[in-house]
Amino acid sequence: MEISERHEHDVLVIGAGGAGLRAAIAAIEAGASVGLIGKSLLGKAHTVMAEGGMAAALGNNRPEDNWQVHFRDTMRGGKGLCDWRMARAHAAEAPDRVRELEAWGALFDRAEDGRMNQRPFGGHTYGRLAHVGDRTGLEMIRTLQDHAVHEGADVFMECTVFRLILVDGRVAGALAYWRPTGEFVLFRARTIILATGGLGKAWKVTSNSWECTGDGVALAYDAGAELMGMEFVQFHPTGMVWPPSVRGTLVTEGVRGEGGVLTNRDGERFMFRYVPEMFEGDYAESEEEADRWVEGDRTANRRPPELLTRDVVAKAIVAEVEAGRGSPHGGVFLNISEKRSAEYIKAKLPSMYHQFKELAGVDITTDAMEVGPTTHYAMGGVKVHPETAATCVPGLYAAGEVAAGLHGGNRLGGNSLSDLIVFGQRAGAAAAEEATGVSLAEIPASELSAAVAGATAPFTREGGRNPFGLQEELQQIMQDKVGIARTEGALREALEDVRRLRGALDTCSVHGGRAFNPGWHTWLDLYAMLTVAEAVVLSALERRESRGAHTRIDYPDSDASLGRVNFVIRSSDGRMVTDTESVSEPPAELRQLIEEGV
Amino acid sequence: MAERTFQVYRGSDDDGRLESYTIEIDQGMVVLDAIHRIQAEQAPDLAVRWNCKAGKCGSCSCEVNGRPRLTCMTRLSDYEESESITVTPMKAFPVIKDLVCDVSQAYRNNASIPRFKPRPRDAEDGWRMKQFEIDRAQEMRKCIECFLCQDVCHVLRSHRKHAEFIGPTYLVRTAGYSLNPIDVEDRSAFLKESAGIGFCNITKCCTEVCPESISITDNAIIPLKERVVDRFYDPLKALVRLVRRR
Repeated sequence: MEISERHEHDVLVIGAGGAGLRAAIAAIEAGASVGLIGKSLLGKAHTVMAEGGMAAALGNNRPEDNWQVHFRDTMRGGKGLCDWRMARAHAAEAPDRVRELEAWGALFDRAEDGRMNQRPFGGHTYGRLAHVGDRTGLEMIRTLQDHAVHEGADVFMECTVFRLILVDGRVAGALAYWRPTGEFVLFRARTIILATGGLGKAWKVTSNSWECTGDGVALAYDAGAELMGMEFVQFHPTGMVWPPSVRGTLVTEGVRGEGGVLTNRDGERFMFRYVPEMFEGDYAESEEEADRWVEGDRTANRRPPELLTRDVVAKAIVAEVEAGRGSPHGGVFLNISEKRSAEYIKAKLPSMYHQFKELAGVDITTDAMEVGPTTHYAMGGVKVHPETAATCVPGLYAAGEVAAGLHGGNRLGGNSLSDLIVFGQRAGAAAAEEATGVSLAEIPASELSAAVAGATAPFTREGGRNPFGLQEELQQIMQDKVGIARTEGALREALEDVRRLRGALDTCSVHGGRAFNPGWHTWLDLYAMLTVAEAVVLSALERRESRGAHTRIDYPDSDASLGRVNFVIRSSDGRMVTDTESVSEPPAELRQLIEEGV
Repeated sequence: MAERTFQVYRGSDDDGRLESYTIEIDQGMVVLDAIHRIQAEQAPDLAVRWNCKAGKCGSCSCEVNGRPRLTCMTRLSDYEESESITVTPMKAFPVIKDLVCDVSQAYRNNASIPRFKPRPRDAEDGWRMKQFEIDRAQEMRKCIECFLCQDVCHVLRSHRKHAEFIGPTYLVRTAGYSLNPIDVEDRSAFLKESAGIGFCNITKCCTEVCPESISITDNAIIPLKERVVDRFYDPLKALVRLVRRR
């Protein structure tokens, strides 16, 4: 089998969502030649699905807001496990990164005084999310994609990387296939940035698209990088639950940010009963107070408990359903129609209006939505240097959802889009700088032919399993045994199941040609999904406590000693091993800021 | 559980046919769900593009019974049980395989649009704009690049003027820049010459199929045409320009 095409760049960016695009722009600004590879058409990456907004302490709506408050919110939301250096850089740089988008053509919703408007979101002390209705991700990706193209990024669309090539311990290239033709292509580069996004497709009920198969996590792991915090998978509290074909589709937190309330079957606003000790006194204590806040009096009143962090709201919804107080299709009710006018809802949440109208036959300006948790985001991922986004593999970087560290045990809504642009920029700049001192390596042909033979193996088998069946089985296992509430027994079973499926992967067959063959693509993606699944299960077994997004029914409380460690996964003699690593302690003044406030 | 039969286009541009598939149908299913079920159970090599499955990314555009549609937003219950459902690729583009088209020309069109160019900042922290000033531009920025308007546009679909006419999608994109109140770039020469805006004769087919309900003809194309007319065909303004140049 031949490699039909070869390309060379100073910096290769794998992934063309928000982080990859921003990294490419930064590397070009630093003078590097940049290749940018995406699995989909340009502009279709999962960033486009981001709805509510991006968090940045611009201080437009509330002058009291600043990076310190944003830093504190992020650290507290992450339940002690955020990397403080990343959280500080993120809070400090997000405002400049957001304003820069406007210089590149983004048009965010405006406040009365003509500056960017900022919307309230869960876990944020002040309204902080720059947004465009409920299509903020679309605005971000269009802006970045057009800017990157005009700046001269060499874009490779519908191209999937399935192997990183190392030469003398350094990352030297990436082997990929064109999805439309199935032809193989080799990219050589001085440095490589992983910006491959999430891994939620390993679960059955998910807000993630087919792309989110954890490719970057698997590529990095196989190259010798460390994975961190893999047990922390965010289940967004509000996904659609009905009809079955759209179960899991995201319902933006913006609905609650704009005043939407959660009620159970009895019509009770149950979130008032679920305020954790850590946040006591930060949230409204009566419906009247919450209503006054929604109506605009935000200094004398506290925000509604619907705006607690996502881990808290998701667990509360599960508890209500389990107590028999759920909605007809196994969720709870989310209603904004009683708090806002139809015109307001259509202006502020147009795609939610459209989505429910078209897919569920529900008019959200008059009726309640039915919602429940959906797999949404990986807080964990590839362990990176907090300032440069470098992994422990020389020449390899990671930014955005694929990287770990910023969000700890739970990510705040709105911190993802700002993560992409802050750390995308940092990774791009650092990778371009390193590239100036590195030469392109020769890649041995034998390694390439072995990788190509491995990738095409299922075409040579007859009568084996259908990859779609294997994927469905994996998704059901992760849903049932590695979901929002976990136990030792179920996790042990899941570990066995996942390892069995790993074996079954080598018996799958694929029919047809290599040109745009989804069965073959799914088989290749499954390799990454199974790597991710095993890492999540192993980390979840190790964390014998409940913290943030990770809930163990057999260890329902948080354990203070585990609140100071992360679990790190690496490959050792072909086996996945876990290790503990202490969380770096912030300096005294930042510690005081986290504990006592600004 | 009910069953339904689908006719799905299989093959390439010059060698294609409709294949028949019968599958079980669940409540609330959309056309894309049906394609996925066919793929998982009967034809794993059936090619279709998709991403968000919620009408936000514009990847899954096809023609359902001859009408350009986002397959993820087209419910099976919209079709009578007795009605057959035929899914074919977008006709205005070359077919790569099955339901997947080659849309690379569209990306080249986009890259040719003169880029956004802002006026100097109004203040250190950026620009000041009123919401009403940006509503029109934001309408254009809703475009999810699904290419359904390109597909239905007769200039492209019937007359195959892909080299001469940029198409409604990229007139919307151009309008998104030009209606931005802080943009200062003059794109009228581009619109007249390389974008071929004159090919559009305002039949409004594009507006009808837009899943984002953008008034493509009225709010994007006509204002851009007016700019071209002002710039090139207004004798009074031409005189003013001539005088100013002196």
